[in-house]
Amino acid sequence: MDFSFLANNIVELTVTGLALGAIYALVALGYTMVYGVLQLINFAHSEVFMYGTFAVAWVFVFVHGRTPSTQTLGETIGLLLLSLVAAMVVSALIAMLLERVAYRPLLKRKAPRLMALISAIGASFALAELMGLRDRVAGWVGLRDDLDAYVAKARDTYSNPVTIQPQTLFEVGGYGVKDVDVMVILASLFMMLALDQFVRRTRFGRGMRAVAQDPESAALMGVNSTRIIRGTFILGGLMAGAAATLYMVKIGSTRQDAGFILGVKAFTAAVLGGIGNLRGALVGGLLLGVSENYGAALFGTEWKDVVAFVLLILILLVRPSGLLGESLGKARA
Amino acid sequence: MGPVRTALDAMARRWAGMPRGARVALVVLLAAFFYVLPLVRPPVVTTQQIDFGGVMFGIAAFALVAVGLNIVIGYAGLLDLGYVGFYAVGAYTTGVLTSYQFHWSFFAALPVAIVVTMITGVLLGAPTLRVRGDYLAIVTLGFGEIIRLAVTNVEWVGAAAGIKDIPHPPNIGPDPEPPFGTGGLFTIPSLSWDGLVPSVDTGRETPFLVFGAVSAIPYYWLVLTVLILVLVADRLVKDSRVGRAWEATREDEDAAELMGVPTFRFKLLAFALGAAIGGLSGALYASSQGGYINPQSFPLLLSILFVAAVIVGGAGNRWGAVLGGALVAYLPERFREFSDFRLLVFGLALMILPVYRPQGLLPPRRTIRARAAQEEIDELEGRESAQKEVL
Repeated sequence: MDFSFLANNIVELTVTGLALGAIYALVALGYTMVYGVLQLINFAHSEVFMYGTFAVAWVFVFVHGRTPSTQTLGETIGLLLLSLVAAMVVSALIAMLLERVAYRPLLKRKAPRLMALISAIGASFALAELMGLRDRVAGWVGLRDDLDAYVAKARDTYSNPVTIQPQTLFEVGGYGVKDVDVMVILASLFMMLALDQFVRRTRFGRGMRAVAQDPESAALMGVNSTRIIRGTFILGGLMAGAAATLYMVKIGSTRQDAGFILGVKAFTAAVLGGIGNLRGALVGGLLLGVSENYGAALFGTEWKDVVAFVLLILILLVRPSGLLGESLGKARA
Repeated sequence: MGPVRTALDAMARRWAGMPRGARVALVVLLAAFFYVLPLVRPPVVTTQQIDFGGVMFGIAAFALVAVGLNIVIGYAGLLDLGYVGFYAVGAYTTGVLTSYQFHWSFFAALPVAIVVTMITGVLLGAPTLRVRGDYLAIVTLGFGEIIRLAVTNVEWVGAAAGIKDIPHPPNIGPDPEPPFGTGGLFTIPSLSWDGLVPSVDTGRETPFLVFGAVSAIPYYWLVLTVLILVLVADRLVKDSRVGRAWEATREDEDAAELMGVPTFRFKLLAFALGAAIGGLSGALYASSQGGYINPQSFPLLLSILFVAAVIVGGAGNRWGAVLGGALVAYLPERFREFSDFRLLVFGLALMILPVYRPQGLLPPRRTIRARAAQEEIDELEGRESAQKEVL
């Protein structure tokens, strides 16, 4: 127990924790929305995120080539916007594909919910493996050499060629807050705010809440639930794409299994805040990120994940349906 | 998939219609078949690239785990995504007691491992089983991770390096004398096949009964025996008041509680029994041929595979769990020639299966009846969607 370390570095731990937590929260939105509408743990959402991270890295490789370089955040901002769009498109497409291939056939056949979970697990394996075998796949279509920069060493860590050098933006309590962290936090807050307003104010959002509340009544009222479900997946994909961009800004490298642990964390965040609740995902994500950092400072980094899960269990004991608890369907119209 | 589907259903129906004596005889025959299977080494089925006995051990161990998890998921309806935690507790208890800290014999450590795992199950279950269904999934998942990280970081149980030299179960008959004495009471040759013509292969002999490095088959026999005993116990429990209480709790917890079923206590019992079987298989795994465990032997992914085995097989049916466990363990080994692609293919298979067998390969008879009835009702009401169907 190293309290002095925690006390001396509290600002840094809080800021970086919030930044990581913001990424968790963005990914958690995908879990929480799908859960709200379908009561389904979309296990493959982690792969939606992972494909987003690769989209970001590929955009950078496409523009810069593979030679590593270092830049400040300001210099790369244009490229980041481009990769943000790419990641959001790729993630949304993967999410859409998932819904089409892994879920809709099951819903049609009225498969039990647990079976849908198995299908999601299968999709997750298949997507992750496909990414890990992308050199082979490129070989089949005869593009192995042309795409070498993108597919070589498919199972290794794939780094963004541009390492973003964090600059100090301002100082709080002796710690220089980095522009990267600030950007990550602000950008994800903005995305979440946009999503929240979208779900609250638009016709589509109303449809989503209606399906979450009672699919049959919603159908009777003329809500096209198939469209709503597809849209929910796409929205989750868009958020995961944004999270992927921020993740690449902060971490800078990815691999075919990068989604798994992050997905588990994000799902934990969603449950922590109350699954099915959009604002809960934000609260859960930030809380998880910060407490992980504090826990790592207190007990050592090797206990970081243990702290996260113990926190989850403790909170669920006190509030069995998460911190904010309320579901997507019960939110005020 | 179509013909397979009808064949499976037809088999299940025929099975249900058989007289009791015939069923018992068939089960005995089937068990005998599985005992000799790694010696017969039938073509096509046998894995060529890796030791078939070892694969059969893996299959039996996976089936045992699936039977245990089936109690939690299939009978009591609790989604447990951290079952590997119990498996690890069982394995580590055995490792610590027999090798790392103490030097107990295998059969002394085994019951302790089971009891310790059972207590772990109660300790985890008592506070968390009040949490609603899907929240339980993530809590258990967290538990599995906590166990893995704890054994990675605690020096007393070997930390990241793990525990090696875990003793094997005691031999029957004389011990092997290196370099050439195989030990055991006698040795059993296996068959080798040239096309469809079998011949006795004296180069591949299994000493009866030596748990050593020579052959994995004795370990397989041990696990298979344990599996059969557990299946018998499972049947006795399922057909008792306890099994009915689980079923009632799973179908409608409030109604069960009103009818006087102490649902919480029965859920906890399911959790503890499931944990005990997980611990048992973990203990067997720890003292298997390799005699070595480390934290990497218990990844979260394994929990997911366990759940997949139970649900693919048909949650709630012990034979379904056995079949599912066997398939999940066997298929990736059998199709090693696709080496790099086997996980991809496995993932695709998990995606395709639910479309054709939404209830699992061998669903419990009750589910089949319930589904038929539900379909009739739906047809009468002319309803299209029934998304929110429960387990």
